[in-house]
Amino acid sequence: MQKAHNLKEYREELHETLENDFLRTTLDNFAIAYRTGRANAFKDIDVRGLIQEIADSKDAAAQNADALFKEFKENAEAAGVHVHFAKDGDEANRIITKIAKDSDCKKIVKSKSMTAEETLLNHDLEDAGIEVTETDLGEWIIQMRHEGPSHMVMPAIHLSRYQVGDLFSEVTGTKQDTDIDKLVKVARRELRQKYVEADMGISGANFAIAETGGIGIVTNEGNARLVTTLPRVHVALMGIDKLLPNLRDALRILKVLPRNATGQQLTSYVTWITGNNECLAAEDGKKEIHYVVLDNGRSELIKDPLFSQVNRCVRCGACANVCPVYRLVGGHKMGHIYIGAIGLILTYFFHGKDKAKNLVQNCINCEACKDVCAGGIDLPRLIKEIHARIQDEDGHPLPSFLLGKVLKNRKLFHTLLRTAKWGQKPVAEKDGFIRHLPMIFSKEHKFRALPTIAETPFRDWWEENRPEVENPKYRVALFSGCVQDFVYPEQMQAAVDVFAANGVAMEFPEKQSCCGLPVQMMGETKASRDVAAQNLRAFEPDAYDYIVTLCASCAAHLKHNYPKLVMDKPSLKLRADAFSDKIIDYSSFVNDVLKVDAKDFTPSGGKATYHAPCHLCRGLDVHDAPRQLIEKSGMEYVECAEEEVCCGFGGTFSMKFPELSAELLKKKLDNVEATGADTLLTDCPGCIMQLRGGLKRRNSKVQVKHVAEVMSNSKK
Amino acid sequence: MPSKEDLYQLFEEKAGLVSAKVTSIASEDDALKYVINLCGEKEACQLLASGCEADLSDKAEALCDTKQKKVIAAPGLNEDLYKKLATQAKKAGFECIDKGMRDHLAGVDIGFTYAEYGIADTGTLMLDCPSEELRLATMLCEFHVCVLPKSKIKANTYAVEKMMLTRMKKTPDYLAFITGASRTADIERVLALGVHGPLELHILLLED
Repeated sequence: MQKAHNLKEYREELHETLENDFLRTTLDNFAIAYRTGRANAFKDIDVRGLIQEIADSKDAAAQNADALFKEFKENAEAAGVHVHFAKDGDEANRIITKIAKDSDCKKIVKSKSMTAEETLLNHDLEDAGIEVTETDLGEWIIQMRHEGPSHMVMPAIHLSRYQVGDLFSEVTGTKQDTDIDKLVKVARRELRQKYVEADMGISGANFAIAETGGIGIVTNEGNARLVTTLPRVHVALMGIDKLLPNLRDALRILKVLPRNATGQQLTSYVTWITGNNECLAAEDGKKEIHYVVLDNGRSELIKDPLFSQVNRCVRCGACANVCPVYRLVGGHKMGHIYIGAIGLILTYFFHGKDKAKNLVQNCINCEACKDVCAGGIDLPRLIKEIHARIQDEDGHPLPSFLLGKVLKNRKLFHTLLRTAKWGQKPVAEKDGFIRHLPMIFSKEHKFRALPTIAETPFRDWWEENRPEVENPKYRVALFSGCVQDFVYPEQMQAAVDVFAANGVAMEFPEKQSCCGLPVQMMGETKASRDVAAQNLRAFEPDAYDYIVTLCASCAAHLKHNYPKLVMDKPSLKLRADAFSDKIIDYSSFVNDVLKVDAKDFTPSGGKATYHAPCHLCRGLDVHDAPRQLIEKSGMEYVECAEEEVCCGFGGTFSMKFPELSAELLKKKLDNVEATGADTLLTDCPGCIMQLRGGLKRRNSKVQVKHVAEVMSNSKK
Repeated sequence: MPSKEDLYQLFEEKAGLVSAKVTSIASEDDALKYVINLCGEKEACQLLASGCEADLSDKAEALCDTKQKKVIAAPGLNEDLYKKLATQAKKAGFECIDKGMRDHLAGVDIGFTYAEYGIADTGTLMLDCPSEELRLATMLCEFHVCVLPKSKIKANTYAVEKMMLTRMKKTPDYLAFITGASRTADIERVLALGVHGPLELHILLLED
């Protein structure tokens, strides 16, 4: 639940959560176990293909939602089920309360339903004097603790056995053990009595199948089977997003849902209910069944060209499972009712701007969620888009507004960067770090040292030193990005050295500027578009075989976002598509295109480990190239634990949430140091800034370098 | 195309992974023997081992106390087979029922059923149970023993789609995929079996 009024309060809440050691350990263990579990569950399955099929079928269902609802309703009614439509949560709750009153139900047992959490159904039922008992173990626990779920599939993941033991001691009036197996049996026996007494059962539905008018419910505990069997009335609450044309579409989702949620091939129970079943507790031997189909903003959402993809969500919770920020702060701080990346988005649409405005800033843009989403939803992009919308409505904070203004004017931006070189003189150390942080940084930023601005930016060096390459094999344009242009020009110089030696003729279009990702991250869409247009005009894509960048974040942004950013300008769109096709990252270019050979490098004998930048491994799906290059360049590559997990930089994220950035960095560096490698290599200057700054603060001996630097050094 | 033998093996392997106990049997008589033996060997109330000694609230305690004798519930069997089972159960001193599950809401020892299909790639049983008695027997038992004729094992859920649709269109229908015992990992992500339904699932693969 979101209660913070502003970012400051939200950060204070985050800070408190960071001190919860139990939560941190639990979520760490879960994150690591989940990765293996999911991989095993999808072994021998074409996951990408399956996800694409789900995306297509859910998109089609969204487009046909009205017709599907009609068909579903007709078939369900023909089979003796009452179907209700609720435009919002209040109406759904009113309908269900009325059903309970009309059929004289006083006690309700419920199986898990996120939709009922969304409408806060229990509150309304209890206000009407009805006793409601959650029967999913996790839901029952949090119901008694008066909490919301902290995970969509494991709602009580934030609690320890001791907390549950105390709670059950209270409930039973007898001291209970903290043995988990025993606690589960206590719940079994206590809840059994609730089923016996209940006159109404409320469930959710994972699938609403139009061709049969039936529903499908996916559970592990089997509580949904009892909830839908024992009481004489059954109400199923579901969003219109659950509508599917046919059983085949449901079976397809069922292939991904449990695997993605918990790494299970299938849950213990899948219950398919079609029509008013036999119920021996009812007078006529037939169960009274009601389906309450909820809109609550969903039909608006599916009309939106960008946000309609939200309808693909199957509520598996995988986006939380892999989110490095969720892993730090848990679900209560990473959502309002819905949790994780999709939770940030749904909070805005279902619960409003006020609940979402802080949350949507807490995305580090590592794309881990997008990578596992069962519906292939571009979650990070949607989160950024909502952030931008909120800023457009509420006004832009000054720093983000100023950065937007500055970036739009390349000359001004570059002049400021050059001037910074003079401004930092008094605090610049010889080792390339700033001695102490400027006043604008608060003490939370001390976890890493910041680099100085380079004496000579790459663009100036290029003017003097551009190599002449005769009979070139390839013609490429270099895109430096701001960090390598003004902070780490030596990385660009190293690449130029390697390229020239391999017959690559290079151009450096001097009108290029920042790629625009920082302003995009800050929700400055207008500035982001303007910068994209500037860069597109600076490059003539047809003149080059490739446009190479050493920055993974720039590469992913240029490649994937530029065509989207200029979508409304047809002339630029064509250019952006051509531009996008030519973009390649350093490691892929050198390994896969130039195909450099180990014999051209002198083995150094050093041990190197690797940090995979988010925007390289997920943004560009590059995995092998840099690791092969490490070996080719004559170093021994040692694998690091969680190599593809974010380092915590996230561009402007680390400025906004330094305490989270520091924790992510700590995990990363602990893993790096555990490898025993003397060198840490990566493909992104932003990551390098973060990693070097952190290692410097630890007085570590590990050197951080761009892959290009090692190659340039060991080149024969 | 995997051979039949491959499918059986895959089914066994996958069902085993979700801690179902799979046994091959040659005849229905073997199945009955298995059930009677299992019922004899099990604790009077399996919950004893895992918390029956712990005090509950009065109402829950009272419900538990209604269970006095070992009970086998087998609704949905054909008449002949049920008669045989009932005779053997009686001899062994167990109560055997094929209806009246609502009088046994505290639980029965064994639910004995026949699956319609098996799904190899997840080790899943498909049971069509529009009859409430059958549904309750599979849920209120401590051990669920289910016979699956080998010829009914299909590769995956797509392969049973048509059969599902036939049943779903003959409304009302209540169909279940059952994969392993009832489970939860809601407390500290520690796996615990038997949270609402059976503590154990026994699958008897029948040669046919």
